Amino acid sequence: MAELSIITYPDERLKGESQRVEIFDAEVGAFIADLEETLRAGPGAVGIAAPQVGRAQRIVIVDCSAKRNTPNNGRMMLVNPEITEWDGYAVGREGCLSVPDYTGNVIRAERISLEAQDEHGVPQHYHCEGFEARAVQHEIDHLDGLLFLDRLVSRRNDLFRRKVYK
Amino acid sequence: MKHWYMLTVVGKDRPGIVAHVTSALFEGGGNLGEASMLRLGGNFTIMLMAQYDGSLKALERLLEPVIDSMDLHMHLDKIEGHLHEHVQPDVRISVFGADQPGIVAKITAALAEAGLNILNLESDVAGTQDAPLYIMHIEGEAREGIEALRSALAICAHDGVEAKLTPVETMVG
Repeated sequence: MAELSIITYPDERLKGESQRVEIFDAEVGAFIADLEETLRAGPGAVGIAAPQVGRAQRIVIVDCSAKRNTPNNGRMMLVNPEITEWDGYAVGREGCLSVPDYTGNVIRAERISLEAQDEHGVPQHYHCEGFEARAVQHEIDHLDGLLFLDRLVSRRNDLFRRKVYK
Repeated sequence: MKHWYMLTVVGKDRPGIVAHVTSALFEGGGNLGEASMLRLGGNFTIMLMAQYDGSLKALERLLEPVIDSMDLHMHLDKIEGHLHEHVQPDVRISVFGADQPGIVAKITAALAEAGLNILNLESDVAGTQDAPLYIMHIEGEAREGIEALRSALAICAHDGVEAKLTPVETMVG
């Protein structure tokens, strides 16, 4: 196992589309173990996506279990994840290992359902809400070459303010 | 680049202020850091960290032509400035209601007493001339915990003023 180095914006590799994982062999398994070690080494991060270490494959790890008062599925190994349902929306603050020293507000679905495979290729199904749903959407964005910077909303004109005018 | 300065610019709003001021700075060898620029009541306002090798007087001379040509006012201070020192907010407070005297003073005093350090405050008056509506957003650090702020808000938010406190948990991924 080895901790991998995180690539940061504006590295072009963060803007590309990642490929599906078709073969679940020892090499992929070893990479996933390294990716998890990298996530655990990060300061306070709850998720990581393969493109963040320069590998263009649809692999994400999310683990919100260390956050108190947050409903979560524990350690989620998400290979080839697909969000199948979205419900509600909320503004929340996000930061990214690949964008140091900046956080911003982003609108995400509050509840999602998703299909994925685990590290062995076994199909999994998850429901996520709140903080964890946000983390999953943020990580899956990485697989499509999107950063939270692509989705920032103005602090000045947020949803609470718009609601006042309804 | 040796020195950081805080440049404050105020003037009647018109298109091109940002482009002209920042071009003059850039072409004169300066550099800009963090900035806040917005229109307030028909005026355009800039608070900008400017990095410049020369003295305050030299920077003033550099900017004067563009400031004068656009009928703006400026103020320069030499500051102890550093980038990459953002403090992350852990609480967000929104207040709105019928505009009334003292609303900001009352609420921010109570919040300060309860440990709030304000990092960002935006406030606006909406509605109409006859029925002005006051709206304020604050992001800050709850140095004595969220509950202390919640209690402070509950005491001072009444008389048609609504206040909402939301803990900000930054998701890093």
